[in-house]
Amino acid sequence: MQLYVCVKHVPDTAASIKIVGENGFDDSSGKFIVNPYDEYAVEQAVQLVEKNGGEVVIVTVGKAAAVASIRAAMAMGAHRGILVTVESQFLDSQTTARALKAAIEQDGKPDIILGGKGAVDSEGFQTLYRLAGGMNLPVVSEINEMELGDGKAIVGHEIGGGAREVLEVSLPCVLGTTKGLNEPRYPKFPDIMKAKKKPINEVAIADLGVSVDNAQSELIKLEKVPERSGAKMLDGDVRQAVEALVRILKEEEKVI
Amino acid sequence: MANIGIVIETEDGTVKDTNFGVLTAARGQGDGTIIALMLDGSADSAKEILGKYGTHKVVQISVEGADLSARPDLKARALAAAIGNYSLDALLGLASAQGRDLFARLAASMDLPLALDCLAVDIARQSVKKSHFSGKTTATVKMSGSVMLCAIRPNAIEAVEASVEVSVESFSPSVQDPGLVRVVEVNKEASDKVDLTEAAVIVAGGRPIASADNYAILDDCAKLLGGTISASRAAVDAGFAPHSIQVGQTGKTVSPRLYICCGLSGSVQHFAGMKTSKVIVAINTDKDAPIFEKCDYGIIGDLFEVVPVLTEVLKEKL
Ligand SMILES: Cc1cc2nc3c(=O)[nH]c(=O)nc-3n(C[C@H](O)[C@H](O)[C@H](O)COP(=O)(O)OP(=O)(O)OC[C@H]3O[C@@H](n4cnc5c(N)ncnc54)[C@H](O)[C@@H]3O)c2cc1C
Ligand SMILES: Nc1ncnc2c1ncn2[C@@H]1O[C@H](COP(=O)(O)O)[C@@H](O)[C@H]1O
Repeated sequence: MQLYVCVKHVPDTAASIKIVGENGFDDSSGKFIVNPYDEYAVEQAVQLVEKNGGEVVIVTVGKAAAVASIRAAMAMGAHRGILVTVESQFLDSQTTARALKAAIEQDGKPDIILGGKGAVDSEGFQTLYRLAGGMNLPVVSEINEMELGDGKAIVGHEIGGGAREVLEVSLPCVLGTTKGLNEPRYPKFPDIMKAKKKPINEVAIADLGVSVDNAQSELIKLEKVPERSGAKMLDGDVRQAVEALVRILKEEEKVI
Repeated sequence: MANIGIVIETEDGTVKDTNFGVLTAARGQGDGTIIALMLDGSADSAKEILGKYGTHKVVQISVEGADLSARPDLKARALAAAIGNYSLDALLGLASAQGRDLFARLAASMDLPLALDCLAVDIARQSVKKSHFSGKTTATVKMSGSVMLCAIRPNAIEAVEASVEVSVESFSPSVQDPGLVRVVEVNKEASDKVDLTEAAVIVAGGRPIASADNYAILDDCAKLLGGTISASRAAVDAGFAPHSIQVGQTGKTVSPRLYICCGLSGSVQHFAGMKTSKVIVAINTDKDAPIFEKCDYGIIGDLFEVVPVLTEVLKEKL
């Protein structure tokens, strides 16, 4: 099987974000990681190839430093990588999808393209739909259950209120993964060493014929979410504290 | 004057309450025409309540001979046809699991800009506010396209009534399913549970809850408030709760009016999923627990003592 996994290189979610200027952030100091949802996609692809044979190729659109996330995915078992280099962390999702499409089509014929349900930096939740749309392939996202059938995939996901939906798609297809699909492996030291020797092909986005101009959505401002300044503590015995709380929630906050 | 479409979501045939915040947001955009689009449920029975929240026209969308609920791409195409037919300038909806999927399919098929999980929308300026970096920052995103697509985080915008005259019509575009994706099965858990991401009140239990059965204590309290329960990752990893009710960075994002934390330390990762709640209350045995630094009201005490008293007082006072 020929599997492609779209992996984004993102700031560690535990790190604090330092805003620079109106719409930038300091990406020179903090730690970056493989987008957490994309780890489920890498794990799934590696397991599929372990079972059925074939190759896993990581595709990343990012700055030069994003190569670290490709290596991390290779340590989990991916075979090759493609880095489409850009100048900005936040391309709009149409442009990213066009770059992913061009990189994949230039490289080979996918059986399945996997990615995460969303990137934890821009929280876009749409790139894979646009990639599938551009390639005229079926897409299902937020999957936490997957089985391969004859020329098709059966996938499951939540649709809210505790309900689940099972869908059938023909291959090739695009799938967005989320927690519950598998347990991403922790690479061992020898795997990390082996990953260093695996090939990564770097190509500038312009050389794929994709323009970064005319973005349909543009980040114009970033602001820190103000933290609450500390709780009003309700004292007294349990009964008194609870009665005070209920009164406040009802009469002052009007939320119950 | 703008034409603003709203995708209405129903549950068992009734219009979900969370739609009203979306309608309120649409109304706040000047004197546009508000057109509610219904892909399921019945426009005739929804008419009255939708009119109460400022809807001018309710459109029942159907495709002859097709079950839209089993064909996600066909649903998106029917909606695309409606955008053209009603010359919409913007289409708003809910960022629920189904809403996110539908809007993403629509945006991809029409190559239009889309913002999901918006906290605020400004159609005249074509801009939205939404979370970036797992809730740590708010981004203002400018969109440029012939139609702007926005799905709004449930409960992010408070619903306000404003009755208008409302008419009903139906629209049956002739669109075809590309035949790529098919729903083969839907499993509705037999439960009376309120959907977590849309609940107006959530009572959360952390690691000290100590067993799955103990969530009943929180559930009793949540039910009285018309809400539901959630869990921290520590509680999910310990096997006390299913992952489907985990809130946080690797779980669900919620924005209820009231979020009550019972035995949660206040981790950044949990707050990533619930910090836009209107009021946050914490119950914790440790007076120095970090959660008291970032919530609105706090009670120092054992959740196993405090929550049953809360339930009792609510029974008396509600
Ligand atoms: C990459 C990553 C992603 C993560 N994603 C998530 C996520 O999505 N959601 C999430 O929740 N966490 C997430 N976490 C985990 C997070 O860091 C915390 O470990 C977790 O949220 C802690 O859960 P807790 O507050 O229930 O438990 P604890 O941290 O153990 O806190 C328990 C609190 O309860 C108090 N307490 C003890 N007994 C009682 C009692 N009887 N009554 C009242 N109070 C009592 C204690 O004083 C303490 O403050 C993630 C972590 C990582 C690294
Ligand atoms: N720059 C990128 N490079 C590679 N994959 C990406 C990139 N941006 C998004 N993706 C993929 O698309 C998924 C959804 O991202 P988004 O729509 O940005 O939330 C991610 O989980 C990745 O799998």
